[in-house]
Amino acid sequence: MQTKVENNKAWFLVLPVFIIVAFSAIIPLMTVVNYSVQDIFDQNTSYFVGAEWFKQVMLDSRLHDALIRQFLFSLTILLIEIPLGIGVALMMPTKGKSASLCLILVAIPLLIPWNVVGTIWQIFGREDIGLFGAFMSTIGVDYNYASDPFDAWATVVLMDVWHWTPLVALLCYSGLRAIPEVYYQAARIDQASRWAVFRYIQLPKLTNVLIIGVLLRFMDSFMIYTEPFVLTGGGPGSSTTFLSQALVQQAIGQFDLGPAAAFSLVYFLIILLVCWVFYTTIMNMQKDK
Amino acid sequence: MAWMSWTLPTALFFIGIGVILVGMTAWQIASPCVERRGFLPLDTTRGDRLFIGLLSSAFIHLAFVALTDANLMVATVLCAIWMIILMRWG
Repeated sequence: MQTKVENNKAWFLVLPVFIIVAFSAIIPLMTVVNYSVQDIFDQNTSYFVGAEWFKQVMLDSRLHDALIRQFLFSLTILLIEIPLGIGVALMMPTKGKSASLCLILVAIPLLIPWNVVGTIWQIFGREDIGLFGAFMSTIGVDYNYASDPFDAWATVVLMDVWHWTPLVALLCYSGLRAIPEVYYQAARIDQASRWAVFRYIQLPKLTNVLIIGVLLRFMDSFMIYTEPFVLTGGGPGSSTTFLSQALVQQAIGQFDLGPAAAFSLVYFLIILLVCWVFYTTIMNMQKDK
Repeated sequence: MAWMSWTLPTALFFIGIGVILVGMTAWQIASPCVERRGFLPLDTTRGDRLFIGLLSSAFIHLAFVALTDANLMVATVLCAIWMIILMRWG
C-alpha cells in the first residue's frame, strides 16, 4: 500500500502571490497607517499628531453624508443587479450557437473601460445628442442629470446596472449550467411547477455563485469612482459624491495626506466589516442547512 | 524606507501584529485548533476569534476617538481585556 508523503513544498508556489500582494497591498497599507498619524508638509517635514486626524474624519459631516450616499448606492444596485442577473441567466439559451452569441452580447459591457462607460452615458443622457436624453424629452419627462440630483442618481444607478449586471448574469449562468440534469428529471417526475424548480433546485444550487456575486458587487460598488466622476463629477452639488471621490478630493485636491490617510483606513475598516458580515452570514446559512 | 514615513508608535503597532501572527502560527502548529462555539453566535476557530477581536478593537478605538476625549490608552486596555475574553470564551 502506498502511503501519502506529506510536505510543505507547495507553499513555495504561493510565494509569488505573497510577494505581489505585499508590494501592491500590504506595504501601501502600512504607509497609509504611517501617514494617518502625521501632519505631512513634504517628504522631509512631518509631525506626529496621534489620533487627531481620526477625530477630524469621524466628526466630518461631509464624510458622513458621503458614507450614507455610498451605502444607499450599494444597497440600491445590489437590490437591482442580483435579481436582474438571475433573471437574465434564466432566460439565456443553454445550447447551440444562440447560447454562444448571447454570452458574447451579455459580456460586452464588462469589456468596456470604466472611464469610457462614464463617457458613453454622459453622451447617452444628453437631451441634444443622446438617445436616452432625447427619448426622455420626447415622452415628456423633464430629465437633466447635470442639474437635477434625482436624475443624476438615477443615471448613475442605471449606468452601474448596465455595466455590471452582466457579471452577475454570467456567474449565475455558469452556476445554472453546473446543476446535474437528474435534479430536473426528478422535478419533472414530481410535476413540479416552474417556480418550485427555481425555488427548490436552482436557487439553492446558485448560493455559492451568488455569494461571490454579492461580495464582488458590494466591494466594487462601495469603491466606485471613475464612472460617477466622469458622468456627473460628483454633482449636482455633492449629490453623487461617493466615498472614494470625497477621498480623492481630500488627498489630491487639497493634498491633506494625513486626514486622507485616516479617512482611507476608516473606509477600509468599513469594507472589511461589511464583507466579513456578508461572508459569515451566508456561510452560516449554508451550514445550518 | 524613509518614503514610508515610519514613526515609533506605528512601527511598534506593526511589530505587535507581526508577533501575534507568528505566535498564532506557532500555536496552530503546536496544537491545531478545532472549530467551537462559545458566547459568539457562530462556530469559530482561533484565527476567526483573533480576526473578530482585532476588527472590533479597531472600531472600539475609533468610537473612543470620536465620542470621548479620554486617553486612547484606556481604549487599548479595554481592547486587551476584550481580546482575552474573546479568545478564551468567544
